[in-house]
Amino acid sequence: MTSILRPTIAALAIALVSGAASAQTVNIYSYRQPDLIKPVLDAFTAETGIKTEVLFLDKGLEERIAAEGANSPADVILTVDIARLTKAKDAGVTQALDDATVNANIPAEYRDPQGHWFGLTKRGRVIYASKERVAEGPISYADLADPKYKGKICMRSGQHDYNLALISAAIGHWGEAKTEEWLKGVKANLARKPDGGDRDQAKAIAAGECDIGIGNTYYVGLMMTNDKDPEQKEWANAIRVVFPTFENGGTHVNVSGAALAKNAPHRDDAVKLIEFLSSHKAQQIYAEQVFEYPVEPGLAPSEVVKSFGELKSDTLPLADIAKNRKAASEMVDRVGLDDGPAS
Amino acid sequence: MGPAFAVSASPMTAAPLRRVAPAHARGQWLALTPLSIATAVVAAPILALVVIALSGSTGDWPHLMANVLPGALRTTALLLLLVAAGTASMGVVTAWLVVGFDFPLRRTMSWAAILPFAVPPYLAAYAFADFFHFSGPVQSLIRDIFGFTRPSDYWFPDIRSTGGAAVVMTAVLYPYVYLTARVVFIMQGRNIADAARTLGASPWRVFTRILLPVARPAIAVGVTLVLMETLNDIGASEYLGVRTLTFSVYSTWLNRGSLQGAAQIATLMLALVFMLLAAEQWARRNQRFHAARSSQVAARPPRQKLRGWRGWLALIAITLPVLAGFGIPALFFLRYALRRLEYLLDPALASAFLHSVLAASATAVVTVATALAIVYAVRMVRSRPAAMLARIAGLGYALPGSILALGLLFVLARIDNGVDQIARSLFGVSTGLLLSGTAAAVILACSIRFLTLAEGSIRAGLDKLPPHLHEAARSLGRTRLGSARSVVLPLMRPAISAAAILVFVDTVKELSATILLRPFGFNTLATYTYENASRGVIEDGALAALIIIATALVPVALLSRALIGDRDAQL
Repeated sequence: MTSILRPTIAALAIALVSGAASAQTVNIYSYRQPDLIKPVLDAFTAETGIKTEVLFLDKGLEERIAAEGANSPADVILTVDIARLTKAKDAGVTQALDDATVNANIPAEYRDPQGHWFGLTKRGRVIYASKERVAEGPISYADLADPKYKGKICMRSGQHDYNLALISAAIGHWGEAKTEEWLKGVKANLARKPDGGDRDQAKAIAAGECDIGIGNTYYVGLMMTNDKDPEQKEWANAIRVVFPTFENGGTHVNVSGAALAKNAPHRDDAVKLIEFLSSHKAQQIYAEQVFEYPVEPGLAPSEVVKSFGELKSDTLPLADIAKNRKAASEMVDRVGLDDGPAS
Repeated sequence: MGPAFAVSASPMTAAPLRRVAPAHARGQWLALTPLSIATAVVAAPILALVVIALSGSTGDWPHLMANVLPGALRTTALLLLLVAAGTASMGVVTAWLVVGFDFPLRRTMSWAAILPFAVPPYLAAYAFADFFHFSGPVQSLIRDIFGFTRPSDYWFPDIRSTGGAAVVMTAVLYPYVYLTARVVFIMQGRNIADAARTLGASPWRVFTRILLPVARPAIAVGVTLVLMETLNDIGASEYLGVRTLTFSVYSTWLNRGSLQGAAQIATLMLALVFMLLAAEQWARRNQRFHAARSSQVAARPPRQKLRGWRGWLALIAITLPVLAGFGIPALFFLRYALRRLEYLLDPALASAFLHSVLAASATAVVTVATALAIVYAVRMVRSRPAAMLARIAGLGYALPGSILALGLLFVLARIDNGVDQIARSLFGVSTGLLLSGTAAAVILACSIRFLTLAEGSIRAGLDKLPPHLHEAARSLGRTRLGSARSVVLPLMRPAISAAAILVFVDTVKELSATILLRPFGFNTLATYTYENASRGVIEDGALAALIIIATALVPVALLSRALIGDRDAQL
């Protein structure tokens, strides 16, 4: 045992030291996959010379920063989903930022009034409709509960962030009672128990398991351009993107965003990063490479995304969506959405 | 004697406790101190969790009771039941065939049966979901044969179900039962079995009337480990849409914003595990078998030769589980990995590999050393409190990884910030996050989780040594530690390597605690795979997934060699 003990300790010490971040670096705690944010971060480093370190977490990001307290190395928090952004604010792990550049770049509806978080990209929660089996024409969110779609709808777990945000938005529009009726209708229309990810819904439509799926816009772009796994292009080709809307509203959009960590040790560089993320250049990268909608007004999405049709974003304030999350989660349990159509 | 859930045949080999003169006080303290420290370290995150649970209101419970827990409890119970039945039958039959019979490729299959152990359940879930999907090879074949075109043309069981999850878990976890049952069959069963056979009993009768009852406690040990792994799992059950108790812990925490509520459910789960352990303890209440004399163990009574179709049938019976638990995942990932061979050059992958090996080695060393100290202490002191402490020290395995990690995070960060404050006020230097900001947190978390694996294996090894060995060395003038080092330790080598290998493999596979606790730049193979998989692009993590399996394979191969080469091996 001792023969391997010494090299192990030595190697470990090296690993530990190399893990520590240096001064000219912005430390990012991220719920977003490093691959997705890499193009923008590389551009930031190229422009400013400031390096970035990304720590990807799948859960517990806020708890970790809170536990680390004053010594937390986190400078910037990156995450998808409005509820997670507001959770970071509520957990007290963010600080207010009142920055003229950022405020000018990001429209007021996509950032926290006190500057605790900033939306950077938008994604629509849309319908994937089978090209073969669903007639062209508009489908509204309310239609998803229409009995004519019985046994035809596929979706991922109702407890997933994206679906919870959609149901939260519905609560914001219709109130709890009506939304619950609607959700029961959606459940009755399911083709199978909710599972998998958004892409799996397109795959299921391509396979003929169902006709209508619920998914985010950028997945379609990612599938259409997946040269490595051409079968995904077939999934994307089997579907048509339909932009559903709420009556007197638009298509539900969620945001990905950034926040300045409460005890950011490299605050100035961190602010530069957030400024950069809101800049025209970064917004363009988002749009072109990861198929999201930029928050910058007037900046067009990529050609692929444009081909889906025009997105008319819903007007319900993001804060309302975040507020309804707990109610939405409880409703999903109550209705038994994740149990599938039969029960 | 220590925690009941151990990969070992300890009940079968446990020598009867011998009353020796109590060690004198100083020796007791020497032995008890490391034991107490280990227990405190393991208990700290669990206590933190209980504190969180108690600090919250019970406001979540009306909702939980009405809409969540009844279903989650039912699903979890069904899942555990199916997995227990599946792994027990698969593990026992495989072990019985390998030990009792001779058939084509028997030797190869005796180690191949361990291969599925290298595959993490969450990766197996992806592979199975794809394999049995409408567009996967199985259903495509069925359609080709019968000329079906649409899903509505025929019925096919859904892998994304409780039953499906049970199949996945069974396929990758049955080696635990195989390993524990196999030792018993080799060491104890065969002598009696041979006697029974000479008296005219059929092989089936020998199996059901003699081998099975004799192996029952060992099977219970293996199944208990399997059940805890199943209970801990979130990756596989989440992907397969199975809402277990662990799933409701996470949805309460993440979707309804109640960490306290989540901690309350987790505490409830811990209580369930206690009950599980008690049941397992009860199942082996009367197991005080004497160790076989070494001459008996070494004797190799002939295996019964299976000729013709019977031999091939045995081969098929033992091959199918391996193909499922290892073949399906390996093939699935190989297909995607081959399209991405250039990722091999990705420096991030190399560093993930390095970190995995380092973390796993360090965890193995820490865990084995701690386990040795614990087992030795319990041996030396032989008091009820010591055994109790050892039992608590084994509890880390019973908690879902992220929840354990969260508890540990709160403890470590508090210590770090305390130390930092003291250092600042005394010396004007900031020490930062010494534990929670470094890989130490990951290693500590994995050590706490897997301590029981090492402890069980080592305890079984020590139990098998003649109890007077240590005293003999002492009477010949060795000191307490001297005797341990020069007499006992060398004899324990097989047990120690088995323990180290088990912990190493499980650490390489570990995801949920690692991802929450790791410092900047510290990707392991598991987190590297997950970073890609969580975006819905499991394909991009395929190469890393294969490397996880390959990395875990090396120790598994060593373990197999130890099994074949050394009949006294502890597994």
